[in-house]
Amino acid sequence: MRTQDQTLDEILGLAATHFKVPRERLSPDDDFFKTLGIDSLQALDLLTRLEHHFNVELPDYELQGVSDFRTLAGRIQSRL
Amino acid sequence: MKQYDGEALSWLLQAGVIELSLHREPGNEIGTLMLRELEDFVAALSNLEREAHALIVYSTVNAGFSAGADLRELYFGAQEVSKSDATRGVRQFLERVHKVMNAIDSSPLTTIAAVHGVTFGGGLELALVCDLIIADKMARFCFPELRLGLIPGFGGIPRLKRDLGNGIVRDLLLTGRSFNATKAQAVGLVSQVAGEGEALRVARSTAAQLGKFDRQTSVAAKKFIKPIPYQELQQEIEIFCRLFQEPAVEAGLRKFVESTDAQPYLP
Repeated sequence: MRTQDQTLDEILGLAATHFKVPRERLSPDDDFFKTLGIDSLQALDLLTRLEHHFNVELPDYELQGVSDFRTLAGRIQSRL
Repeated sequence: MKQYDGEALSWLLQAGVIELSLHREPGNEIGTLMLRELEDFVAALSNLEREAHALIVYSTVNAGFSAGADLRELYFGAQEVSKSDATRGVRQFLERVHKVMNAIDSSPLTTIAAVHGVTFGGGLELALVCDLIIADKMARFCFPELRLGLIPGFGGIPRLKRDLGNGIVRDLLLTGRSFNATKAQAVGLVSQVAGEGEALRVARSTAAQLGKFDRQTSVAAKKFIKPIPYQELQQEIEIFCRLFQEPAVEAGLRKFVESTDAQPYLP
């Protein structure tokens, strides 16, 4: 099973690739809305990609108020 | 006429397949413009059906298939008139929407919704009238109405009850959460999941296959397995109009319209 650090690293890699942002520009505590420059629809897109990548379900309400990669990784880790 | 190009949608009949494309930016919101053009399409359908065996409904808008009812139009329209006039207007609008939905639902054609991206609320209800839903793997489905103090009003609940297990209907409706195409296929909402950008191609391939079957047999099969739940559809309109008069709805609509939240789709 993945560790939470591995989960976090995969999230950062996936976000960097999909939104075409250099991986080194992304930090675990970044606000991903600001760092990636994404709106709510793109956030939904990211959510779907993460669900497919980790093969988990992430109900929207569990992500309400979550805007940094580290907390997001924690939410995903709890579903693995 | 075998082709139409409107402001909100276009359609084309070719090789026995009608393709209805929705193209109203930003999210194919279903308001008076989209409804009027859908009504025109349904009016033309009885003639088109003589030369066709399948209908594909899809979107060319990047955001997705449809974000559902035009909530801004609903909110600002209701601000201009009395509460009772607003409710009367909503009832008339819903009755017109239901006529369109029922016409597509009961069409002798085999109907396919090829969906991608946001397929929310009224957009999901439009997909639900089709016989088959073919989803891009990035499609997302949701009934967000409860966060506005409402229930789906375009026929969603009776059709979900008809087509899916009651447990997943309650999950979708009562939590307001969205789920992806894989989940939607697992619960029976989606018949096929396509790769990114491939839903329309798969729908066309499916429509070509449908053309190999005897039409009368396909029509008889569809009529046998897909009853229209008219009584529950009418009940839905009544419940929606009763709820629409509650203060929570105006507050919910205002919050949505005025929201600068980065995640306005979340409950």
